[in-house]
Amino acid sequence: MLEFISRIFGKDSSPSKNVARERLRLVLVHDRTDISPQIMEALKSDLIKVITNYMEIDEAALEVSLDSNENQIALVANIPVKGMKRSGSMAPTGA
Amino acid sequence: MSEVIVVTSGKGGVGKTTTTANLGTGLAAAGHKVVLVDADIGLRNLDVVMGLENRIVYDITNVTDGQIPYKKALIKDKRYDGLYLLPAAQTKDKTAVSPEQMRELCDELRQEFEYVIIDCPAGIEQGFKNAIAGADRAVVVTTPEVSAVRDADRIIGLLEANELREPKLIVNRLRYNMVKAGDMMSIDDIIDILAIELLGVVPEDEMVVITTNRGETVVQDDKSRSGQAYRNIVRRIKGEQVPLMDLQEGGFLTRLRKFMGLK
Ligand SMILES: Nc1ncnc2c1ncn2[C@@H]1O[C@H](COP(=O)(O)OP(=O)(O)O)[C@@H](O)[C@H]1O
Ligand SMILES: [Mg+2]
Repeated sequence: MLEFISRIFGKDSSPSKNVARERLRLVLVHDRTDISPQIMEALKSDLIKVITNYMEIDEAALEVSLDSNENQIALVANIPVKGMKRSGSMAPTGA
Repeated sequence: MSEVIVVTSGKGGVGKTTTTANLGTGLAAAGHKVVLVDADIGLRNLDVVMGLENRIVYDITNVTDGQIPYKKALIKDKRYDGLYLLPAAQTKDKTAVSPEQMRELCDELRQEFEYVIIDCPAGIEQGFKNAIAGADRAVVVTTPEVSAVRDADRIIGLLEANELREPKLIVNRLRYNMVKAGDMMSIDDIIDILAIELLGVVPEDEMVVITTNRGETVVQDDKSRSGQAYRNIVRRIKGEQVPLMDLQEGGFLTRLRKFMGLK
């Protein structure tokens, strides 16, 4: 999960220390918030549940992680969409 | 006035024992009365790094168990006035000492010594808790690698949770040429991420290995860069303001020649 994000930001051509710094930064965002991988997994499956009401997504490729800048922590989700559902088939949300 | 300083890191093999030995030797060479405490129980190392391994009779657990007074377990380093070692036990495990016992021991030692320097084991378990129990301040050692800095971050959090505020950082084994080539995190990168005050930077240096092979410390080697780095750190611990040394490899003349295109 982190590897994926850092690849986006780090790019393969950039000096390896940039990759190291970015990976370190992201791993520490997780360490410091003390959110367990189990909670992230639970969040991920809940997200899937909600989003599939509206769109067809590639569940296996879904990425959810934390990021931060300055003093803010952000939840970053990368959710590949395979197709839209017709509005007619849209389920009531309730979520 | 006396101070109890614990040298920690989280990750193993980053240079805690080397740092403890060099700070102790450097402070003693500067005329201070120093005791080094090996709190890595079960993995005794500081004695061999100091070259004192053949003189051990008693260890720290004999003292904390109340069998002998601490003075009986101390090994005097004959090369430096005022330098002593309290060795770890080799055949026991970390539970052989409790944080309460460590606190009592440190309070006793501070009556006699200006600096009590504790070599902490790797990890965040019992051994770590013992080692920090009696300390006034902490030094965190890391190397410029993702895993080591991550562990340092965890240790900093735990130190602060245990009332050891404002620990200071030593970055060890820095390779300037790799930093310059963009293949190693720089001091700024690390300080930025950890948000902690820098105590010093020690370059990667084969003289560390060579002196350690001989049971000596590099801080006593006038010519080596790592020795210079440790001498600067010693002065900072004493409260002096010492600028960071030039981390470029090669002496001034080599660099001048390079600059002038002679090499
Ligand atoms: N600046 C340095 N340059 C080269 N080798 C080093 C340096 N610092 C430490 N070492 C070597 O790294 C190894 C681990 O160091 P040590 O002090 O035993 O780490 P720790 O106590 O944290 O486990 C030792 O072999 C030591 O000689
Ligand atoms: Mg050690």
